[in-house]
Amino acid sequence: MTRSLLLSTVLSAALALPTLAAQVQPGDVLAENQEYTYWLLDAIKSMDPQINTDVEGSGVLRQLFEGLFNEDQNGALVPGVATSYDVSEDKTVYTFHLRDNAKWSNGDPVTAHDFVYAWRRLADPKTASEYAWYMELMQVKNAADIIAGKKPVEELGVRAIDDHTLEVTIEAPLPYFPKMLTHASTFPVNQKVIEQFGDKWTEPGNLVGNGAYVLKEHILGEKVVMERNPLYWDDEHTIINKITALTINDENAALTRYLAGELDRVQIPAGQYPRLKAEYPDQAVSVPQSCSYIYLFNLDPEKGPEPLKDVRVRKALSYAIDRDIIVNNILQGGQAPAYNWTHPATEGFEMPEIDYATWTQDERTTKAMELMKEAGFGPDNPLKLTLNYNTSESHKKIAIAVQQFWKKIGVDLTLNNMEWKVHTDKLQNQDFEVARYAWCGDYNEASTYLDLFTSYSGHNNGKYFNEEYDRLMKESKTADNPAPLYKRAEEILAEDMPFAPIYHYTKVEMIKPDLRGMGLNNLMQNWYVKDMYRVAN
Amino acid sequence: MFSYILKRLAVAIPTLLLLIIISFLLMRAAPGGPFTTERGLPPQVLANLEAKYGLDQPLWKQMVNYVWGIVAHFDFGPSFIYKDRTVNEIIAQGFPVTLTYGSISFLLAVTVGVTLGVVAAIRHNTWLDYLAVGVSIGAQVLPNFVMAPILVLIFTLWLRWLPGGGWEGGQWQYLVMPVIALSTSFMASIARITRSSMLEVLNSNHIRTARAKGLPERKIILRHALKPALLPVISYLGPAFVTMITGSVVVDMYFSTGGIGKAFVDSALNRDYAVMLGITILVGALTILFNLVVDILYAWIDPKIRY
Repeated sequence: MTRSLLLSTVLSAALALPTLAAQVQPGDVLAENQEYTYWLLDAIKSMDPQINTDVEGSGVLRQLFEGLFNEDQNGALVPGVATSYDVSEDKTVYTFHLRDNAKWSNGDPVTAHDFVYAWRRLADPKTASEYAWYMELMQVKNAADIIAGKKPVEELGVRAIDDHTLEVTIEAPLPYFPKMLTHASTFPVNQKVIEQFGDKWTEPGNLVGNGAYVLKEHILGEKVVMERNPLYWDDEHTIINKITALTINDENAALTRYLAGELDRVQIPAGQYPRLKAEYPDQAVSVPQSCSYIYLFNLDPEKGPEPLKDVRVRKALSYAIDRDIIVNNILQGGQAPAYNWTHPATEGFEMPEIDYATWTQDERTTKAMELMKEAGFGPDNPLKLTLNYNTSESHKKIAIAVQQFWKKIGVDLTLNNMEWKVHTDKLQNQDFEVARYAWCGDYNEASTYLDLFTSYSGHNNGKYFNEEYDRLMKESKTADNPAPLYKRAEEILAEDMPFAPIYHYTKVEMIKPDLRGMGLNNLMQNWYVKDMYRVAN
Repeated sequence: MFSYILKRLAVAIPTLLLLIIISFLLMRAAPGGPFTTERGLPPQVLANLEAKYGLDQPLWKQMVNYVWGIVAHFDFGPSFIYKDRTVNEIIAQGFPVTLTYGSISFLLAVTVGVTLGVVAAIRHNTWLDYLAVGVSIGAQVLPNFVMAPILVLIFTLWLRWLPGGGWEGGQWQYLVMPVIALSTSFMASIARITRSSMLEVLNSNHIRTARAKGLPERKIILRHALKPALLPVISYLGPAFVTMITGSVVVDMYFSTGGIGKAFVDSALNRDYAVMLGITILVGALTILFNLVVDILYAWIDPKIRY
């Protein structure tokens, strides 16, 4: 009973959602110029949805392709190619109903077969996609065996029942499965075009997408230009005609060019938000972004340093960090001090009561000193530790601040700055003591964070292990309401302190005041230019 | 002369080969690889990737395959990071960019640098000399990573005369700032070398003889002093030219030109082995070529040098 009720709620929710396009608010007068120019820190590595791995690349792919679902201004699911879906009784079979008016930019209809092709392609060892594991994360049936080459791709749990009906079978119920479908790696691709052009299919002119825009130019290290796709099924509601993404490797240079009027949107470099907010109150914005910044402790039984195996030491280290100084004096972009792991704005996440979050910093530092003393460390017997961090001005500033905080409790911290690849390599081989780490959610649900600290996670670089934690996270996969389990998991993290949380991210940007429909409240920062428009000032 | 050139070109082949081997080994010795990512790939996915790019084979075999690809097909392999592109494509897109702004910077640096140096030497210890020396020291101490933001601040933000970056196929507005930023320090070095070498030549015996003969000063400078004075300048210009046309990471980064200077540094940081080797070979080959050009110019300028 409850199940079918839930099912019908899910269903009707999906059906009732309005298809989103640029929704011009009453009173807004559209500007003459409907072009949008934004900033990319780096060159786009690939325009192939199944090959791309980075956030900036996904930002471009969301304009060129469309998956089963899109997200609205607040991050809630809205129909994309799929208009609705049904879930089986046991919640392992999803049937997606696809719209019949979706077209590729070459005029071909978008069908369920295109999704089947794309998903198989993602898992296929021959594609060698770095994001193949996303199919595993989605629990699509047989994905793991296919990636390992043990089963043929045809056995992947996805099939086209007819041109407009797609059926996906997953290994186990996954409450947030539909939310994972806005990820760029699940976007459909056109088999005919890929087979015709091979590796060259993503070049402008060759690339065929099903998104609201088509690729016009892609000059590595300079720019990406996209223009409106007249064949997109909802083109009549698209307002922005042209998108230009400029690669500028220096964020200060990008800001200067924004101020000179060359860009409509840039990121604000660390520490400059207060000044810009005062000068341009209508343009400087700070909104939550789903990422958390931590100092990870190496708890590996063999490679981890002995003192860090003592929970009192880990707690002391975490307590001693004055997060307010870090966010207010160093970052200055509205970031939130963190005492837990999951970004607090994550949908459905309930923050547990974490004791030390409510203390004053003096109380925390005093407690930290006591704990260090209990653990046998003090001014005459300092604890020597090394912190690894990758090259970046703000990582460095935070590291120096933490060095000072820890000095107060008798920790002699050596800072070890290294280039990104070296840092990552050491991290993944447990060749560190304390390491800077950050994680950004793949989807808007707490498990994208919490799964990381299970003993079976491939990303558990600190080799933390807690039996109850593992059990809770396993249980959460099938629970009707996983929120209490997540809450308990966070409590365990605060008790065991396998890392010191530092801050939760915000996205701090300058945005031209005449732009609307930017989707700033979407925690995942997934935005769709088709929903944007410019107003006449 | 001709046999000398042939001999030099023949030596270039083992030199390049040695360059490839050393770079290849050094690169592999660096920790991490092209597929080291923050997320950390599951072993199976990593294995699939390594198989696709041939990184699962023994090192010697990878190297042989790589060199064979170049020799047989002029194929420098695929980029491991920019997966839509091959190394040939990345260089074909980026090199014309750096070649354009590098050549213009070179011409500017040589013209202005030599003129400044000669003027300073002729008017030794006058205000003109001090001015020229002052300008060249100023240009030398202002590195391009300081120069670039200052230029953008003045020409883009305050005066609004020039776009703050981009390339747009090399239109002049997009060239001005990269050329200034790249050429100034080279210009300063050329001016200093020219000045000191010119001063030395002006004090030499053959100039005194020329003056004693009553030749006009203009003729003395242009015909008798300038040519020998340029010898040290030319030996500096060979490597400088290569450095300039293969781009500057600062210029590429700050002005978003899309040149190979930035691609080169990125490839090292990203462990994009093939791109890094490709650009190393390009720079190596150009260096060998222009050292040869310098030596030929030497023989042409200085009758004492014969090969």
